[in-house]
Amino acid sequence: MAKEYIDGATAIARGALAAGCDFFAGYPITPATPILLHMLNELPKVGGVGIEAEDEISAIGMCIGAAMTGVRPMTATSGPGISLYSENIGLAIMGETPLVIVNVMRMGPATGGATTPAQGDVQFVRWGTSGGYPVIALAPSSVAECYTLTMRAFDLAERFRTPVFILVDKEMNYAMATVDIDEYVDAPVGQRPLVPQHRPRPAAVDGVRVNAVTGKPDPRLRPEETYLPYDFDPVDAVQPTSPFGGPHITRFTTSSHDEHGFLTKDADKVRRLNDHLRLKILNHRREMAFGVSDVQEEADALFISYGTTARAMREAVDRSREAGRPVSGLTLHTLWPVPEAMILDAVAGHQRIIVAELNHGQYIREIERLVYRDAAQRRILPPEIIGLDRADGELITPEQFLEVVNG
Amino acid sequence: MAVAPIQIEEPRKTYKNERPFPFCPGCGHTLILNHLDKALTKLQIDPTQTVIVSDIGCVGLSDQYFTTNAFHGLHGRSITYATGIKLANPDLNVIVFIGDGGTGIGGAHLINAARRNVGLTVLVFNNFNFGMTGGEHSVTTPHGAITATTRHGNPEWPLDICATAGVNGAGYVYRGTSFDKDLPDRMAEAIQYDGFALLDIWELCTAYFVPNNDFGRKEMLGLVDTLGLETGLLHHRQVRDYAHRMRELAVDLAGKPTLPLKPIEVKYPNNVAGKFHLVLAGSAGAKVRSAAKLAGYAGVMSGLWVTQRDDYPTTVKTGHSISEIIFSPEEIRYTGVSRPEALALISEDGLKKSGRYLANMTGDDILFTIPQFADVPTKARKIILDPKAAGVRITRTNLALLLMAAALRELNLFPIAALEEAVRRFQTRFADQNLPVIAASEHLISNS
Ligand SMILES: Cc1ncc(C[n+]2csc(CCOP(=O)(O)OP(=O)(O)O)c2C)c(N)n1
Ligand code: SF4
Repeated sequence: MAKEYIDGATAIARGALAAGCDFFAGYPITPATPILLHMLNELPKVGGVGIEAEDEISAIGMCIGAAMTGVRPMTATSGPGISLYSENIGLAIMGETPLVIVNVMRMGPATGGATTPAQGDVQFVRWGTSGGYPVIALAPSSVAECYTLTMRAFDLAERFRTPVFILVDKEMNYAMATVDIDEYVDAPVGQRPLVPQHRPRPAAVDGVRVNAVTGKPDPRLRPEETYLPYDFDPVDAVQPTSPFGGPHITRFTTSSHDEHGFLTKDADKVRRLNDHLRLKILNHRREMAFGVSDVQEEADALFISYGTTARAMREAVDRSREAGRPVSGLTLHTLWPVPEAMILDAVAGHQRIIVAELNHGQYIREIERLVYRDAAQRRILPPEIIGLDRADGELITPEQFLEVVNG
Repeated sequence: MAVAPIQIEEPRKTYKNERPFPFCPGCGHTLILNHLDKALTKLQIDPTQTVIVSDIGCVGLSDQYFTTNAFHGLHGRSITYATGIKLANPDLNVIVFIGDGGTGIGGAHLINAARRNVGLTVLVFNNFNFGMTGGEHSVTTPHGAITATTRHGNPEWPLDICATAGVNGAGYVYRGTSFDKDLPDRMAEAIQYDGFALLDIWELCTAYFVPNNDFGRKEMLGLVDTLGLETGLLHHRQVRDYAHRMRELAVDLAGKPTLPLKPIEVKYPNNVAGKFHLVLAGSAGAKVRSAAKLAGYAGVMSGLWVTQRDDYPTTVKTGHSISEIIFSPEEIRYTGVSRPEALALISEDGLKKSGRYLANMTGDDILFTIPQFADVPTKARKIILDPKAAGVRITRTNLALLLMAAALRELNLFPIAALEEAVRRFQTRFADQNLPVIAASEHLISNS
């Protein structure tokens, strides 16, 4: 059982490389910088490109542009950088851009504490751009999970053509830890669906142009575009794309667009586009739901946590059980979209739900929403939901968990 | 990326699609785009290998009228997307459409793309105001001009876009107007040019700037003189496109292993029964973290699970540096330390941050420190180590290792040979200096 002694940043960079990441643009910021350094060092070795951009707006902009040539980009920053990414996060959602964004969270607000662990950006990444469209966010809680979940992030970004956040914090990125090498589990990494390259273009049947994806004649097609990049069918299905430089021409746009990628204000078309952007994520939430549910039959209390805080939680669970007091623990690896079924399954049968996070209570809102709605629908009394928060730069300790459950 | 060849049976007569331009009558954008169509036709450019990246504004609508790839992005950021596209696929022709508005808000990107000489062709549609939002003033609005936001005359002076790009290294810089007959040729030249090319094309916004300022073709040409600016090709020098240059620089690196696994074999026994917390408290720049890391490697070589979390100010080489290490026979979940079984305290900075540890420690715990802190109040047992008695020269940068080594000897968590091996293996360059320090710690401990 060989071991390694490394930090999360190295595991994230390795996970990215294992997933085929070949483009990285970033701007230095503690505590995300180690990822930038790794990627700029390593990418040239695999024929990839890594660049320190002039600012965060440029960093994410370069990634989005690059993604449209078919590469797999990643960027890494912290809260202040996510603030500058905001408008472009919306662009990546609108343009259906596969993009992995690592947010190594630090204490806010504003510059806050650069070297202080925090989990204050959970709702920020979810609602961090205009329009309120869903994103995917994963939160590893060990060095080995940093590796595996980074691969998963690339898989989801590619298959759903969307930005995916990896939420870690200073603690996870910097702290050294022994890792059992067998725990670096490779996740399968898919590819964004592509328009078949071999189809002749422009192709026509009886003078009518043929859709390169479906092979069906389609009179709407323009000479230069033998497929409709945004003709969603069904509405929640990810459409094949054709990279810049490939055999077809492609349109990418920040504006509401029709099936060709031309600007439109036609309400039916805009609704279909916006439904697509929403439902391609929400209707597939089960495929994106990762976590570790450790439920004990006799337990009356369930802890829910994620990231660094889940480590203290798991220690508290072990200690409580050793002391003869059963307790359950749910470690969420997917924060967005909310893994609803996983959470409700774990909650069932518990009288007290304790949600622990290094902020003033952000994810607890999701748990409350879910659990209260479920209880109302089923006409049962909901369990008590208790927040265990901390936002002073210190970690939540196992003792704090035990106090809540025993007190 | 494999690119299927496309068959062009007959020469293309145009690169515009059948959609009519959406601009106001007389808008300069129409003229510039028609010039570009001529340039593309002249080059018979492969549309699949060409990307038009458009900014925001009326100019941002323009990519839709061409039968090439198109990328319509955010206000002022077109150059960032174009840079990403070019870096990822250096063989593409990347043409940027940006207004004077976009140039202003995205000025940093323009300067940096020019400085790097990213092989883009940037066409600035410079009509001296924001068209789309209603004729507000922009960075190129002339002094005194009337716009929606300078009703009493513009109090600012205009940005010289060409000079800005040129002075920062852009290889190809041209200033002209939408009326220039040679514009298609200049555009074709710029597209074929290897480095960063910028054409600052002055033009008329017939909806706003023209009526607000009685400004026509004649006045626009006059403005060039009033401002004392030169027109035509201002810079044309030999430079290599950044995207290609970046790849050329990386040639020797190809195929080198990336972040290879560094498996650590267990070679030494250990005497650790439960979680053991060890804190090293010193000053930034004094190799505290590196001494802690060596102890960590030594622990792993002794079959232990180890974590290390460091705390230090954002500044470098000043203030405190604290490393919290945990050794455990089982996997460690929680990495925090509130009551260390051992604290090695080596500086005033470290002491300032050790109050909580010292208060929580009991008579079962040990404080390792230097004579200076012999009187620090704590219930912990004290072991005072005098670096002067070490027999080797102890400096600010090896005191941390000396105390760490002494503590590990006394605590006997694992053989000191593990620490020595960690130095040889993970600090190869400094092994000669550091091994004698570890050896010296033996003498210190036996005399303490
Ligand atoms: C971040 C952001 N701020 C403001 C706007 C509003 N806006 C749209 S177009 C424009 C100005 C465009 O002027 P210019 O670049 O000169 O292009 P023109 O319309 O003259 O072609 C502005 C400010 C925006 N789209 N995005
Ligand atoms: S508002 Fe000005 S820039 Fe926009 S289309 Fe009209 S004339 Fe052209």
